[in-house]
Amino acid sequence: MKSKKGAAMLGKFLFYFGNTLIGIVFVSPLIWMISASFKPEAKIFANMNSLTTFLPTEPSLNNYIEVFRRINMANVFKNTLLYIALILIFDLIINSICGYALAKFEFRGRKLMLSFIVALMVLPMEAILLPLYIEMSQLGWVNTLQALVIPFIAKCFSIYMFYNFFHDIPDDLLEAAAIDGSSPVRTFFTIVMPISKTVYATVFILDFVAHWNDFMWPFLVMTGEDKRTIQLAVQSFFSTSPVHYSAIMAALVISAIPMIIMFIFMQKYYVEGIASSGIKG
Amino acid sequence: MAKTNKLSARKKDERAAAYIFTIPAIALLVAFLVVPMVYTVYYSVFKYQVMRPNDITFIGLANYQKLFKDPEFWKALRNTFYFTIIVVPVQCVLALALALLVSKRFRGVSIFRTMYFSPQLTSMVVISVLWTVLYNSNPNTGLINSILVSFGLQPINFLTNAKTAMNAIIFMSAWQGAGYQMMIFLAGLQGIPTEQYEASAVDGANKWQQFWNITIPNLKGTIKYVIMITMIQAMKLFTQPYVMTQGGPKNATKTMVYYIYTQGFQKGNFGYACSVAAVFFVIVVAMSLILQKITNAD
Repeated sequence: MKSKKGAAMLGKFLFYFGNTLIGIVFVSPLIWMISASFKPEAKIFANMNSLTTFLPTEPSLNNYIEVFRRINMANVFKNTLLYIALILIFDLIINSICGYALAKFEFRGRKLMLSFIVALMVLPMEAILLPLYIEMSQLGWVNTLQALVIPFIAKCFSIYMFYNFFHDIPDDLLEAAAIDGSSPVRTFFTIVMPISKTVYATVFILDFVAHWNDFMWPFLVMTGEDKRTIQLAVQSFFSTSPVHYSAIMAALVISAIPMIIMFIFMQKYYVEGIASSGIKG
Repeated sequence: MAKTNKLSARKKDERAAAYIFTIPAIALLVAFLVVPMVYTVYYSVFKYQVMRPNDITFIGLANYQKLFKDPEFWKALRNTFYFTIIVVPVQCVLALALALLVSKRFRGVSIFRTMYFSPQLTSMVVISVLWTVLYNSNPNTGLINSILVSFGLQPINFLTNAKTAMNAIIFMSAWQGAGYQMMIFLAGLQGIPTEQYEASAVDGANKWQQFWNITIPNLKGTIKYVIMITMIQAMKLFTQPYVMTQGGPKNATKTMVYYIYTQGFQKGNFGYACSVAAVFFVIVVAMSLILQKITNAD
């Protein structure tokens, strides 16, 4: 009996030990990044062969000051948050009404539209970059906000998420509203939308993260230095001399802050969103 | 009578509303997804160079013939497949292992989950910049090489050696991405009824047998989905080589998307780049369909 308990204890210890070890592999690069961002340039590579490399010795904010001096961060954040906000506003409205119509309205072409949307989900953006770029330049949208926003409002995946969610709303509820004289459009905005906050939050956070990571498209269409989004600013800071690794690490940390804030506040929806995509898909 | 009138009026309302609700999204999808897709194929049969916008000539399948004989294209294709074939199993198995580690409730479980997920909280650009520094071949400045040296191993020129560069990108990508797939697997694991495990434990099945006979069959749909998204994601590899190696050394990390970018945007061979893009598209769709066929078969 005693040895069994001992074995269980040992098992528990190994379980925690293993988890901790793997956890360290996952977080140590990030910890190194954060700690280096607070160190003077001369110190970040000073004691690589000891664990103190993960600790901010002689911490200072000088690297952050350098980043703000060399990059117009306010402008970069404004560019990024503005275009993402615009995409998300239209994304949530246009894709949700489309998903709702597909889920709850009877009309000719419904099935066709649905399979059209599902089929388009596999279409890789990278395969259409060139003509899309030409389209942008013909419209005169290169280096404008339109090029970042308008092509990315409609999203098959968002429509599909909304479709799935609205599909499960009981028809009785909608019938009752109709009997009370509410038009289908009004029913959607006054009854359906308010009870569907979770799906809106989920699509919001998934698309926020996706666009916060945007690199290739902004890199192609936003060539003006004052138009740069956050990922472009980070990438160009990395390849512009003087290359100060400590300042680069500070820039990386700054660029991650909005994502971390979003994660803290929307963790539940984010995780559920990732998870539900697997169950439904 | 009145009731049927009301009903048909409602049906009419509904139909009108349906078109108002669907047309904006459909119109945008057509304008910025379908039309460019058609144009990718269309431009691919033309000689179209950015520098000579007035000299666009129809050349039939010449771009595809050129592509067939272009060693750089084959290199890019091979690199893309190599990355995909390695990263998909590595990342998916890693994600499943992590999910199994943190699927049960225990003290500190959410800390471990967050740790495994944490690389997702930055962007691919950030991760690529960070790891370029970590991979530095000098053990005095590169964290990973300094660890290797302290274990008595030789330092590795991770990103500057054509043999190791892609593997270095694979390792980093799996590290960055596994947390995401872990979350999907976690949801899948939580959907498995615990009675199945209890019943098999009564029958004397051990953990290993339970894993193969209960966990895996129940997760089939999830596994299929995870492989699918990881594969499509892997085929699109661009940011990591762009930031870390610029496709080098010796084109060892040049991928198909990278090649589309080089030909179309750096060299200005729009027509030719579109033929690469069209081939890329066909490959991605074909692989998704094949995967679906294989996984539906059993």
